[in-house]
Amino acid sequence: MTINNMNFFKNKSKFQKNRNISLILGVLFFSVGIVDFYLNNYFNTNITSFLPRIINFFTPLIFGVIGLHLIRMEYSGIKILDSLNKNINTTNFNAALSVSIILLIIFGLPPLLNWLILDANFAGDTKEACTGGGACWVYIKVWFNRFMYGMYPNAEQWRVNLTFITVLVFMAAGFFTPTSLRNYLSLYYVLILPIISFILIYFIVSGGSFGLVWVETGAWGGLSLTFMVSFFSLIFCFPLGMMLALGRRSNLPIVKYSSLSFIEFWRGVPLITVLFMSAVMFPMFLPDGTYVDKLIRVVVAITLFEAAYTAEVIRGGLQALPRGQYDAAKSLGMGYWRMHVFVILPQALKLVIPGIANTFLALIKDTPLIFVVGLLELVGMLNLAKTNPKWLGFSMEGYVFAGIIFWIICYSMSKYSQNLELKYKTDR
Amino acid sequence: MKFKKILPQLLTLIFIILVFGFFTMNAQENMGARGLEFGFGFLNTQASFDIQFSLIDYDGSHTYARAYLVGLLNTLLVAFIGIILATLLGAVVGVARLSPNYLIRKTASFYIEFFRNIPLLLQIFFWYFAALRALPMLEDAPMLLNSSFMTIKGLYAPSPIWTNFDVFFTTIIIAMIAIFFFTRYAKKKQEQEGKRLPVLIISLAIFIGLPLLTFLIGGVGLSWSFPVIRQMSASSYTFDGGLKIPPELIALTLALTLYTATFIAENVRAGIQGIGKGQKEAAASIGLTPSQVLKLVIMPQALRIIIPPTTNQYLNLTKNSSLAAAIAYPDLVLVFAGTAMMQTGRAIEIVGITMATYLTISLGISLLMNWYNKRIAIQEK
Repeated sequence: MTINNMNFFKNKSKFQKNRNISLILGVLFFSVGIVDFYLNNYFNTNITSFLPRIINFFTPLIFGVIGLHLIRMEYSGIKILDSLNKNINTTNFNAALSVSIILLIIFGLPPLLNWLILDANFAGDTKEACTGGGACWVYIKVWFNRFMYGMYPNAEQWRVNLTFITVLVFMAAGFFTPTSLRNYLSLYYVLILPIISFILIYFIVSGGSFGLVWVETGAWGGLSLTFMVSFFSLIFCFPLGMMLALGRRSNLPIVKYSSLSFIEFWRGVPLITVLFMSAVMFPMFLPDGTYVDKLIRVVVAITLFEAAYTAEVIRGGLQALPRGQYDAAKSLGMGYWRMHVFVILPQALKLVIPGIANTFLALIKDTPLIFVVGLLELVGMLNLAKTNPKWLGFSMEGYVFAGIIFWIICYSMSKYSQNLELKYKTDR
Repeated sequence: MKFKKILPQLLTLIFIILVFGFFTMNAQENMGARGLEFGFGFLNTQASFDIQFSLIDYDGSHTYARAYLVGLLNTLLVAFIGIILATLLGAVVGVARLSPNYLIRKTASFYIEFFRNIPLLLQIFFWYFAALRALPMLEDAPMLLNSSFMTIKGLYAPSPIWTNFDVFFTTIIIAMIAIFFFTRYAKKKQEQEGKRLPVLIISLAIFIGLPLLTFLIGGVGLSWSFPVIRQMSASSYTFDGGLKIPPELIALTLALTLYTATFIAENVRAGIQGIGKGQKEAAASIGLTPSQVLKLVIMPQALRIIIPPTTNQYLNLTKNSSLAAAIAYPDLVLVFAGTAMMQTGRAIEIVGITMATYLTISLGISLLMNWYNKRIAIQEK
């Protein structure tokens, strides 16, 4: 390389002089590259137009790499420069990649910010309020209730909120149980909480009694429906998945192979065909005249589908337990069920919590598919709003809004599950 | 003791028989009431609906079986393209995640965290309804690479026109067989004499050289048909010639690729990180060059970790391609479980065939991968 030749260290002043010159030159080249790119993109002026056309296009990159090449040295004593060299400027190839990324950020970030915030319209209630070149967040504001609650009547939306808050309180209550009741906690989450939530949703959200207006499930929608579907599917698929996982590891051939084929069947088909099945094929399988609500059919379909995946996750946990645990439990004279309930499952389930969280994540990301049967959660609502003749042409805003919401939910959950994974790794 | 083993099995069996029996009985009754009879005879009747995009010859006069084949091929097409692109992108991003360069590392992880946490359906909608709708109209589209047009109606690219294509195709197959036998011969020679032949270079030479020869002596010719714009009426335009790639296919491929590549990238990263540092050092200390270290020591071990979860992702991609139905790309679900079912009303048969198709693809690939895993597993002595 240029500077990190050992000869320079012999003569300190010479080294210093050379170093300073190359530093100044390097910074100069680098900034010329950046400024050139900036001017090219935002002011339509090209300071390097005297160069041939092919070189001209790459001048920012070439100048940037030359600049970084000049300031690359083993040790300079300047803290910022050293960390810069170590992190983004180790070789010429790396320098070229770094410059490309910096240029890409300069190219992409300002227009994005402009569109999202600076040029965007926030105030107003009508389409005419959107005049700037940026996003029209008025659209989201006007349609917000629809995106959150679907076609649920505006005056009744407090019922959905109330139900959600109550369920959350009941969920949180599990964390504050006295130690004497700790043993029943899993029973509470698997059995009692679903029943309570179902009763709440049946009587408050659906209504029809206690003087509440009945709201049919077809009118439910938006983000609240996403939560409802994924919550119930998760709660129901967990015990089912557990049974299937135990069944798959059983040494009774009929139990084993029926669990195996159940799991492989649901894992082998796409969710959309399962929903098709629940929509058009399932009514054929019921006695004539029986009507099962669309929402229930969807929840059952998703539950069966996810149970297969949950079963595989739980099986992983069961397999990760050392054999000694089984042998020890058996030597104490425990039977199959006592061994599993008191020894195996409590340990295995602790191991698979991150895996379950990932399954839940996939479940949330899969819920938009319920548009197939005509239920409109957030994404479905967006597609409906998009076709409203008064609000044509704002699909971008809608998708970005939904993307941000889903991203926040999924990202925080995946981070949480990663933390859990780390925590349980150190435990063992 | 024996009773304890039989009872649960008996209960399971009875439960399964009861459930299936209940369903079959009701299905028979319901179909009887609607005047339908269970059977697959309808597959041979005329479909009489059109499909926008088809790889094989198809129009309304063909049968439902043909329509099924069109849908299946469209599904396989999008899965095939998606798998190739997602693998390439995933491998690059996965390696970039481990780069010593801070900016590259962060960009890669930003990309992964961004795309894997947004529902795939939303991404497909975004590309199809928001991003691709911003493209220019046919008449305003600029020419790309002097040959193609990226418009709101899709990508118009030059299409190849072959003469004597069968000769060319046979030669490629012959070249592949030749390479297969050559690698076997080279391996044998190395085991017997310890000599390494330049396998890669010779294989490449065979693979490129033989088909090229057919142009000179086999009478194979290749010319291109370029898309040319033509005005149909005052405001409507069309392209003549060339190859049209519909926007549905582009949006779907884009979304599937970007989404699945994040998962493949994480697999690649985990695979490379899973190789101990000692392996690299040991390999270097017995005098292997860096490229040999990578080729002979690191990659065979990393691939063993990478391949099983990546196959899973390939399967996921194939299954996720069924979301095509949401943007009207004529895949298996849209053509068969959608249009064909609406027309015939045969819910049980059609949903059954659709599910069986996906199941066959999934189980087939799983079996193949199990076989492959067994083959590459470390042989412990």
